[in-house]
Amino acid sequence: MLAFVLTLVLLLGIVIVLAYAERKVAAFMQDRLGPTEAGPYGSLQSVLDVVKLLQKEDIIPAAADKKLFKLAPILIFAAVFAGFAVIPFAPELVPAGIGIGVFYLLAIISLDVVGLLMAGWGSNNKYAMLGAMRSVAQIVSYEIPAGLAILSVVMVCQSLDFQEISYQQGILLNRFSGLEFEQNWLFGIEALGIDTTKIGGITTWNIFRAPILLVAFVIYFIASLAESNRAPFDIPEAESELVAGFHVEYSGFRFAVLFLAEYSMMVLVSLVAVILFLGSWNTPLPNLTALKLANWTTGTIGGVSGILWGGFWLLSKTFVLLFLQLQIRWTYPRLRVDQLMHLCWKVLTPIALAVVLLAGIWRLLMI
Amino acid sequence: MLFYFFAAVAILSGAYMVLTRNLLYAGFALLLTLLSVAAIYVLLFADFVAVTQLMVYVGGVLVLILFGIMLSSRVHDKSVMSENVNKGWGITISLLTLIGLCYTIWQTKFASLPWLQAASTDMLGAQKSTVQGIGIKLMTDFVLPFEIASLLLLIALIGAAYIATDKQEV
Repeated sequence: MLAFVLTLVLLLGIVIVLAYAERKVAAFMQDRLGPTEAGPYGSLQSVLDVVKLLQKEDIIPAAADKKLFKLAPILIFAAVFAGFAVIPFAPELVPAGIGIGVFYLLAIISLDVVGLLMAGWGSNNKYAMLGAMRSVAQIVSYEIPAGLAILSVVMVCQSLDFQEISYQQGILLNRFSGLEFEQNWLFGIEALGIDTTKIGGITTWNIFRAPILLVAFVIYFIASLAESNRAPFDIPEAESELVAGFHVEYSGFRFAVLFLAEYSMMVLVSLVAVILFLGSWNTPLPNLTALKLANWTTGTIGGVSGILWGGFWLLSKTFVLLFLQLQIRWTYPRLRVDQLMHLCWKVLTPIALAVVLLAGIWRLLMI
Repeated sequence: MLFYFFAAVAILSGAYMVLTRNLLYAGFALLLTLLSVAAIYVLLFADFVAVTQLMVYVGGVLVLILFGIMLSSRVHDKSVMSENVNKGWGITISLLTLIGLCYTIWQTKFASLPWLQAASTDMLGAQKSTVQGIGIKLMTDFVLPFEIASLLLLIALIGAAYIATDKQEV
């Protein structure tokens, strides 16, 4: 119960910062100033936006299917929020450390799709319906390259547990029960003979442990943009053709929940990318001979310093990825439907399949 | 306690799914049924089966059903309604199935099954989940059914792609 409240509060904080960052990044990329009035540099703008949304009237269209219309935002947010249950925030700090966390996350995200269909249908609006259909088609298709990229990580790490994957990517490797005698080698190749177990830092991140995962990371990042309906994959809510997509009829509190779910999805996919590829809560600084940078920036496991350092590294890496998502939105034009499907089925999926095979071969080099 | 809650939800939503005339509502009731069955699997320490159930049925089959209903309905601004046909045969067959199931369940003495008694002592052992066991079994004892199932799915996929293509007559 405590984990539920803490995660929700943390998520709300991140989403408010993210909404503000989105407007500021957009403004600077277009040579504008963005919000400036509310608070210093407009920093209270998103807080006030939330307050405004909560005060608004909750309008339910007369022709809408009222039960589905009311239920849909809750279902969408619940599906995304349930994904946070398996995310480890620091060593020994995870809301629900289940052994099949990665698989669970992939499955629970597909619940989101049902919520989107419910919202689109319940609104009884052709734009909402079109937006929901496009969104679902996109999410279902891009789950395949994303799933294959995640599968290649699972093959290298030999685990479906997010926490175990996190421990493998740093100097705390031998502190996880079951991994006491494991060793990390530079680029994962034992034949090179360079033991990085005690060096840690960036050398033990998954993208360096098995450099083939760098390709998998790029595939996953592109697919995750599509799964969270971000530009350049934002045809489900293309403003110039569909008004706003599946949430066109929503207002007030229900719109706020949908908005929160959308940004939570961005945070969730970035967190998963960080945990699977970019070393999770491990520090990027390696131990270099006398300079024990990795030890200094890890803290004591289970103690306050360990939790603070872990949370700091995890969140700062996540924010770097989120910034990249915002930046891409204002850099690339929107893809057409046929381009979208071409990219997914004819480019990303074959490459991802090849990466899975190569990751399996790489794993053989690692033992 | 939790088991009875989820069992009640599963039965109620299942009953709603069968009794409602609106096909779309039936689809969403199916979602609730599948979720509560997945919860029951978790309570039975079958975590992998529970998540697979979510993945395959909610992520795949249910979305397909909903897509089918949504694309084929609203012909005259009316939702798709189900109709009653073949009442006599339907009632007969479902009653026979019920009797058969009840008879089998009464005949089985669950408490005396050897693997059930062993299960209470070594639930998962040192393993954190059932994934390792399932994976090893699939690659050793059950490798033939596993490969045949994947081959069947591939054939179905090719068939579906062939049916869906525009056949340009030459």
